[in-house]
Order: sequence, then C-alpha cells, then structure tokens
Amino acid sequence: MTDAYNVQYLFVAVFLGVAIVFPLAPLVIARLLAPRRPTPVKTDVYECGVEAKGDAWVQFRVGYYVYALVYVIFAVEAVFLYPWAVAFTGLSVGAVIAMLIFVLLLVEGLAYAWMKGALDWK
Amino acid sequence: MNVHDILFWVFSIAMLVCGVMVIAHRNPVNSAMSLVLLFAFMAGLFVLLEAFFLATIQVLVYAGAVMVLFLFVIMLLDIRASVLKRLRWLGLVGALLVSGLLVWEIQQVLRQPAVESAVEAKGLALGLSDVVKPLFTQYMLPVQLTALLLLAAMVGVVLLSKRDLQ
Amino acid sequence: MNELLIHLLKIAGVIGVMLGIVAYTVLAERWVCAWMQDRIGPNRVGPFGILQPLADGLKFIFKEDVLPRHVRHKFYFTVAPMITMVPALITVAVVPWGSYLPVLGHNIKGVIADLDVGILFIFAIASLGVYGIVLAGWSSNSKYPFLGGIRSSAQMISYEVCLGLSVVPVFMQAGTLNLWNVVLYQAEHTWLVWCQPLSFVIFMVSAFAETNRTPFDLPEAEQELVGGYHTEYSSMKFAMFFLGEYANMFVASALMATLFFGGWSLPVAPLNAPATTLAVGLAHVGVFLAKTLFFLFVFIWVRWTLPRFRYDQLMTLGWKVFVPLTIVNILVSSVVLAVMENG
Repeated sequence: MTDAYNVQYLFVAVFLGVAIVFPLAPLVIARLLAPRRPTPVKTDVYECGVEAKGDAWVQFRVGYYVYALVYVIFAVEAVFLYPWAVAFTGLSVGAVIAMLIFVLLLVEGLAYAWMKGALDWK
Repeated sequence: MNVHDILFWVFSIAMLVCGVMVIAHRNPVNSAMSLVLLFAFMAGLFVLLEAFFLATIQVLVYAGAVMVLFLFVIMLLDIRASVLKRLRWLGLVGALLVSGLLVWEIQQVLRQPAVESAVEAKGLALGLSDVVKPLFTQYMLPVQLTALLLLAAMVGVVLLSKRDLQ
Repeated sequence: MNELLIHLLKIAGVIGVMLGIVAYTVLAERWVCAWMQDRIGPNRVGPFGILQPLADGLKFIFKEDVLPRHVRHKFYFTVAPMITMVPALITVAVVPWGSYLPVLGHNIKGVIADLDVGILFIFAIASLGVYGIVLAGWSSNSKYPFLGGIRSSAQMISYEVCLGLSVVPVFMQAGTLNLWNVVLYQAEHTWLVWCQPLSFVIFMVSAFAETNRTPFDLPEAEQELVGGYHTEYSSMKFAMFFLGEYANMFVASALMATLFFGGWSLPVAPLNAPATTLAVGLAHVGVFLAKTLFFLFVFIWVRWTLPRFRYDQLMTLGWKVFVPLTIVNILVSSVVLAVMENG
C-alpha cells in the first residue's frame, strides 16, 4: 500500500519533468531558428509613442498588498477547512459545532475588515 | 544507499544552497525566489517522509501565499539593494545569539536516542483521514486557538493598512 | 518494468491529448468568434483551416524574438512565460480521465497520480502560476507591464480564495479530496451540481477570473492598458503566455466536469460504474472529454458575449459577494449534512 502510494508521487515527478520540457523545447528551438536584428527603436520601451521617463520600478499603490495579506489569512483558513470537509462524515455533533465556531470567527474577521473599509477599492 | 537516501541528500543540499542564496543575493527579488525554491525542496523532503498532506500545505501556504505577499511588498515598496543598511553591531550580536541557540538546539536533538526508522512515525501519515481525524477530536482546542490567532491577524492587517492608506 | 512502460505511455497520452486540445481550442476560439460575429473565420490552411495551429506554431518559431534593452533581469524575463504554463500541465496529473482501461490483462487506472490530497495538490500547484505574471510584469521594467502584472496578480489571488472556498461543500459531501473517489461518489449517487448549485456557479465564475478570461480579462485589457504583463513580449515567449491561458482553461473545464458533472460517469447503465471492459473504459474517457470540451466552449461563448468588468467591480464582486456567499454556503451545507447524518 505505502509503496504503491509512493509510486504515485514518482509519477508526479516524471510529469513535472515532462511539463518543464514541453514549454522549454519550443523556446529553445525558437531561439536557435528565429532571426535577431535588434535596432534601438525596436528594443525601446513600449509607451504609446511618448518617450519613457525613469524606470518602472517606483513605489506604487500600497493598497494592493492588503489583498495579499488577507489572501494569506484565507489560505491558512482553507488548510483547516479541507481536512474538516474530509473528516466531516465521521465527526460528532460537538466537533461540527466547534468547527462552525471556527468558521464564524473567520466571518467575524471578514466583517471587521469590511466595516473598516479595508476591502474597498479606492 | 538507496534511492530514498540519495533523494534525501539531494533535497537537503539543495535546500541549504537555496538558503545561502536567500541571504547572499543583493537583489530582494532573487532572495524571495530562492526562498520559494527552498520551500519546494522542503515539500520534497516531506514527501520522502510520506507526509503528503504536509508537503501540499507547505507549497500551498508558504510557496503559494506567503511568498506572493513578500514579492508584493518588495515590488510595491520598491525595495532595492541600495537601501539595504550596513551591518550594525546590535544586529550582529543578535544574529550570533540566535545562531548559537539553533546550534545548541540541533545538538540536543542529535543527542536523543535515534528513532529506529521513519517507519514508526509513518503510521500517522498513511491516509489523509488518519491525519485529519485527530485534528478535530483530540486537538480541537489548538485549532480553535488558531482561529483566534487568524482573527487577530485580520484585525492587524486592517489596522496596518488603515495607517498606510491615510 | 511493464508497469512502468504503461505509466509512461499514459503520461505521454495525457500530455499529447491535452496539448492537442489546447492548440485546437485556439482555433475553435476563432471559429466560434467568427460564427458569432457572422464572419467566416480561418479557412485557408488545410481543409476548413484545420492546419491553422501548425501554421501559427511555425510562425511563432520563425518570428524575431525582441528582447527590449531595458529588461534588466533577462533570466526572469525568459522564465516567466514558462512559469505560467508548467503548473497548468502538472495539475492534469491528478484529474481522472477515465475509470479503468482493461488492456491485455492490465487494469489501467484512468488517472496518472491517484493522490489522496487531490484537490489540495491542484490548488497548491496552481497557486504558483501567479509568479509567472508577477515576474513578467516586474522584469519587463516598463510601466504598462508592471501595472498589468500587479493588477493581474491581485486579481488572481483574490479569486483563488473564492475558488478554494467555493468547493469545500463538495468535498464535505463526498468525504474525500481524492478526485477519482469524488467521481466515484457521483457515479454511485448523483452529480454534485444538483446538490451544490451555488458552489458550481461561484466556482465557474471564479475560474473565469483565475484564467484571465473575459469578462475578467483586465490584465490584457487592450483598450485600457494596451495589454498587460505581456506587453513587452514577442514571438515564442508571447505564445507561451497565450498557450498557458488555454491550458489553464482546459484544467478549469476538466475540474468543473470532474467536481460537479460526474467526470467520466453518465447516469445510464454501463457508464455509471467503473469499467470492466475496454469499450466501456474508452467510452468513459470519451464522456470526460466531451464534458470538458463543452466547458471550453462555454469559456469561448462567454468571451464573445459579455463586456469587461471594471477593476473595482471585479474586486467588489470577489471580496464582498463571492467570499461571503461561499462561507454561507459552507455553513448551511455543514448544518444540513450534519442533520441528515444524525437525524
């Protein structure tokens, strides 16, 4: 049983190899066959015809990272919700109610963020 | 030395190399991507231990979520190699202290009588349901505490973002 | 040894069929679009234009690959298109393409890697795809791609939350994360779309956002952003982003078929149980592919029907409509299932 199961991950590894070779091969072939004649205009930055000023790496709307933070919290929540879903059919009523409290705590966090306007796109 | 052992050494050495790259690179994006690779190899180690659930979670939470957040912060705040400060004495002392503690800890672990083989620990990891059942019976209280912790994290996020946006 | 050969053949088959479908979905997109706009569509290369993907591929190979001189991290610039493609290919490994194929005394299971963590594996690998977009936008060192990359990655992580939470009730009911067993559950009981319609709707809409398809194709909003994270890309590298989008569509379609529409099963006599003969086994694969192709068609259909959302509407829909709805769905489902089980 365990051996058979380990083998499943071997297949994943083989698949990973194949999945990397497939995008890589056309890139390599194209690199060998495609012509390359760069000119200053061709390799210029794309900016609707007006000349670019400065580089693109500037401090930028910080609001985006709030979503990334909330995403991390939800990812951790999901880690608990999925095992719960699997174990669900065999759980006692007490365990189910306890997990409902768990979910409600998550709701509370979401509601708080909503009330404070952290989810508003401004 | 069988395939299992070879893979263990490959993953471990790869992890160490990635770990060194995380702190050696001057460019924060390089460091962050090295850390992603490190987490991937760590997941490989978990697979060798037959802790499949843990391996998946490792990729899902650390490589997939936490590191995306890191990248966001690096890019949005435009952190460059140039703004990295010079080594400070306090930092050096702190680093040495933590490293020393870590070495001592590892030594303590190594002193323990060796577990015969990983097979003993495997019993837990056989099926997914075997791993998750205790989570909702025996360890329900820690799970609930985690929920509280996550709630606190959410409140923290909101407060921090409020301060930043204003 | 024989076993190993069979598995390698299986892997080759799955990859081959998938890439074939991906290539022809690009053509189908143009056909369907032409049909909906009362045009003729591609019909020059081969009969009815069926060799068009080949012509496109050759064109991409022989086109000049422009490397803009402001790109300072060439490594990330080159690797980014691959990162969007690879996760889509890997996730197919746990999707069940059929039940069994009894060939020459071997009973071949219709899935490459039969993992217990099934859907979590898919979400874990799929969550890595966002790096391709972030790195493409960042390494281009150009303003439009940078803006597009950040926007698009914020969109992807937001809808990953919806995607992840929306399917929890499905697994609550099936009691397993293993996709093969989820299909088996549906073959024995009923398709889960009838039990969890809300789950399905949220999953489908989130899948559209996750694959950057209209009405959520803001990352490549041509009219507003002149393209997004891939503005500075050309030739094969651009093709990789393009194919990555279709490969992701394929995975999303296959997942919809698997999780909600019974995967390889149909609710009629020989098709509702794991196959014991080769004919039924092949029929199962056919049923799975037919369902997947149908959802691919829906992707295309929607693209040529609906206009694009605005970015604030997109974020509001995700965080203020879908996330609360999924949580309510989880709560209600858990109470109903618990009552049904204990009462």
